Amino acid sequence: MRSLWRTPKGRTLEGPLLRDIALVCLAVGVVGLSYGAVAVTSGFAWWFPVLMGVLVLAASSEFLFVGIIAAGGSPIAALLAGLLVNARHLPFGLAVPDVLGRGRRGALGAHLMNDETVVFALAQDEPERKRAAYWLCGLGILVCWPVGAALGALLGSVVRDTGALGLDAMFPAVILALTLPALKDRPLRRTALSGAALALTVTPFLPAGLPVLLALAALPLFAAETKKEARQ
Amino acid sequence: MSAAVPLPPTLAAMLALAAGTFLLRLSGPALRARITLPERAGKLLEVSAVLLLAALAATSALTEDHVFTGPARPLGVLTGGVFAWRRAPFLVVVLAAAGTTALLRLAGVR
Repeated sequence: MRSLWRTPKGRTLEGPLLRDIALVCLAVGVVGLSYGAVAVTSGFAWWFPVLMGVLVLAASSEFLFVGIIAAGGSPIAALLAGLLVNARHLPFGLAVPDVLGRGRRGALGAHLMNDETVVFALAQDEPERKRAAYWLCGLGILVCWPVGAALGALLGSVVRDTGALGLDAMFPAVILALTLPALKDRPLRRTALSGAALALTVTPFLPAGLPVLLALAALPLFAAETKKEARQ
Repeated sequence: MSAAVPLPPTLAAMLALAAGTFLLRLSGPALRARITLPERAGKLLEVSAVLLLAALAATSALTEDHVFTGPARPLGVLTGGVFAWRRAPFLVVVLAAAGTTALLRLAGVR
């Protein structure tokens, strides 16, 4: 198999990009730590968050799943909420460049699709670099997320009050950091803020997962804001 | 919450979530192989991805079980966001967020 992180000219991915990918994977591992700890203190066996980490490989849905079960919700409700949150992978799959490959490799490529890998792939300019960044980040997360969860499960069985460590602030911080660069564009920023405000407004009334999808209702605003920007 | 989780139904739901998520991931590229999208539609899809991520960040930073979490978590996330804005490495962002939240809770802020 051709090395994933070499371009046809034999040039490797440059240092800064490799470092960014490594740091994101490390951060995902640290968030995995909080996930494993939360799961174990909620009454799950240590292997459950680890296995779910490998098989589902989508942080927010796993947090939600564990949270709903821990709050006494039914497994069906946890399943539906998880699927709802992961529904964003469909638009992701439409937006992600052609990096997945075919056949069995394509299936693994699809499994590696997540918030981080999509952002890294979109941010590169050449197709080969998009592919290398996507796969390197994806495989790194496939390792770091479950390993982090296992370490967190260990931590959770020792430390009772994981909230005191502030671990719950990690996941939103990672998502925010991933979204910030795109928000430099003014029409996009206004649209995203409106969508987020809408999601927050309906959160008290709707099942978990649905508010995030409802943020898409702000999409027409983007066209309006782009026009306004063009006029000025 | 320390009572053991009822395993078989929870495990079944988890496996179903894994299968369903995989199908969601597969369907995007599969659909795209069949239809070619105009450039404008591609741009709108990128915008929707950003919209979903921003809403996910906001709701997971500010709410828990449909209500406000209390100020400790959002202030931690905000601190992480300031570091991210100043282009600090991801690990610094994550640790700053958790550290701020932990310190606030130590000081009695929920």
